[in-house]
Amino acid sequence: MWTRALWLGLRASAGGRRGFPSKADPQGSRRVTAELIEHLERLALVDFGSQEAVARLEKAIAFADRLRAVDTDGVEPMESVLEDRCLYLRSDNVVEGNCAEELLQNSHRVVEEYFVAPPGMCCPTWLNRLSHSKLRMQ
Amino acid sequence: MATPILRWCCPGRRWVFAGIGSVFRHGRGVPTGSTSSGKRGQSTVAQQPLITAQKPRKGEREWAAVVGLEIHAQIASNSKLFSGSQVDFAAPPNSLVSFFDASLPGTLPVLNRRCVEAAVMTGLALDCHINRRSLFDRKHYFYADLPAGYQITQQRLPIAVNGSLVYSVCVGKRQSQMVTKTAGVKQIQLEQDSGKSLHDSLRSQTLIDLNRAGVGLLEVVLEPDMSCGEEAAAAIRELQLILQALGTSQANMAEGQLRVDANISVHNPGEPLGVRTEVKNLNSARFLAKAIDYEIQRQINELENGGKILNETRSFDYKLGCTVPMRDKEGKQDYRFMPEPNLPPLLLYDSGSLPTGTDPQQVINIDQLREQLPELPRVTREKLVQQYGMLPEHSFALLNEVGLLEFFQNVIKETRAEPKKVTSWVLNTFLGFLKQQNLAVSESPVTPSALAELLDLLDRKAISSSAAKQVFQELWRSKGKTPAQIVAEKKLELMQDAEALEQLCRSTLEAHPQVVTDVKKGNPRAINKLIGLVRRATLGRADPTVIKEVLERQLSS
Repeated sequence: MWTRALWLGLRASAGGRRGFPSKADPQGSRRVTAELIEHLERLALVDFGSQEAVARLEKAIAFADRLRAVDTDGVEPMESVLEDRCLYLRSDNVVEGNCAEELLQNSHRVVEEYFVAPPGMCCPTWLNRLSHSKLRMQ
Repeated sequence: MATPILRWCCPGRRWVFAGIGSVFRHGRGVPTGSTSSGKRGQSTVAQQPLITAQKPRKGEREWAAVVGLEIHAQIASNSKLFSGSQVDFAAPPNSLVSFFDASLPGTLPVLNRRCVEAAVMTGLALDCHINRRSLFDRKHYFYADLPAGYQITQQRLPIAVNGSLVYSVCVGKRQSQMVTKTAGVKQIQLEQDSGKSLHDSLRSQTLIDLNRAGVGLLEVVLEPDMSCGEEAAAAIRELQLILQALGTSQANMAEGQLRVDANISVHNPGEPLGVRTEVKNLNSARFLAKAIDYEIQRQINELENGGKILNETRSFDYKLGCTVPMRDKEGKQDYRFMPEPNLPPLLLYDSGSLPTGTDPQQVINIDQLREQLPELPRVTREKLVQQYGMLPEHSFALLNEVGLLEFFQNVIKETRAEPKKVTSWVLNTFLGFLKQQNLAVSESPVTPSALAELLDLLDRKAISSSAAKQVFQELWRSKGKTPAQIVAEKKLELMQDAEALEQLCRSTLEAHPQVVTDVKKGNPRAINKLIGLVRRATLGRADPTVIKEVLERQLSS
């Protein structure tokens, strides 16, 4: 997933669990701390299983940091490549749905037309234990 | 909008933590969290006799509470916000789910025009500034009822900002006076609803129904301008009425169409604001005020006992009547907001800026929507007060019950009786009967025409007011009979023969000389005895006030 390769984090939430650097860090931290890895693993459900993966992440951040070389003072940021496109408005008619059977085929477990969520879905501690490879096997 | 740092945190209510034996004006049992207030060993002001907690004495601190609200209202539309599947409260599980709602790869969001109109209308009704350009974002978090792993919302630039919600609270000893208050509307944004998760504790599994996933929501954020549960509840009620009048949401809390989260903090007046907690799961109109007041009191107790308030999320437990910390929130959530890459900015126009030669279906004109806005509850109430001379609180009562206003107006149309009489009968007698039997206006056995006819009889003085009440009771019990029929059956018509009444009075006076002497001696209650006797003689068909008049006249001559 592309979220794994490039975390550009437009907005760092203030007071995050371990105050990690905001996007306006002038020096650009080349080192990615273990705490940050743990945090990212929980947020994005990815598995930075090896040192290589961390190194790759650092390279990706350094690559993106080259954007800072451009002087963007007074320039309005482009937030979407679609900014000149027209947002299509759909009329309020019912044209979809009624495919429960089809959709439920995608689920690993089903109970009477309900999807069954993985156990312990309500508390995020399980997220720490689940690695990406395990997810793929589900 | 300035946060009110008041001595009085809200009309008639003071949050004072006093020592032993004091009276909490709110009268609710003090939660036995840290210490029970009544059992403190030493009080710093133990020497002075404690009467009531009217005036804060030295050593006691005053508290002001600050309450902000986040309201999620389900938009009343046929299809969902970004897909064409149906919006319905009760349907077989997962039957109203499209491929997009289930977050299957390759699907894209397509914005529903009706939802945008609903948001604009709500923004206009709340005096907001409508952003001509607004943006959609993704808010990421993992939960089984959020198949995509993110919710599409409007975090950076919502559709409407900076408005105000005007509402009224009852003040005064008998809760009879209405005071107008304002809560600032910080913003209104469009966002997706999540699916529903049902916890099967027996087999410890969670079942997911995605029928609700993707339904359009209006999130209305109110500034922390409220200071207690009552004000919050009144603000919510007014917002409900506005949304219902606009038709943008049915705003029924019981069906989950209106959900409220409260942000609550307390502080000493004059000092900076305290740490706030968020209370979720306030989904019942009845318990909303209670829950907020409980949390305020809990925070006061905690701080008075030297504790600290954690910036946490709590949930209201209806059975226990208290707020409890929500276990599944570890630290602060990082939602990793990012622009929704599949949606361009939403552009709105007004009559001056409408682009030429475009498909009208693809363009939203704010001015046109403003012209088409239905009458707001506030305006309806003002009109009632002016047109019928009723008190503001009556206009509130009429709008507070579904269908009551229409009933009232139908009666007015068909009767010659004075509006004040109609108001009184509808709000006291009619509404009283409805409430007693827990019926909605639509289920009433008495029609507006029937009540109108009854009031006409009363107005013509064909029956007395006590007889009218009897007729009403009979109307309620037996359908199909008209008031005139009931009056005839029960022989309730007032005596029209003045001469006969005079005769009856005279004969009663002659028959009871002792009572007459009592009256002449100045005993005020003796006359009532005479009136009673005459009434019995007329078989209840004479108006007591008229009898009194005649008797007094005859006695004085």
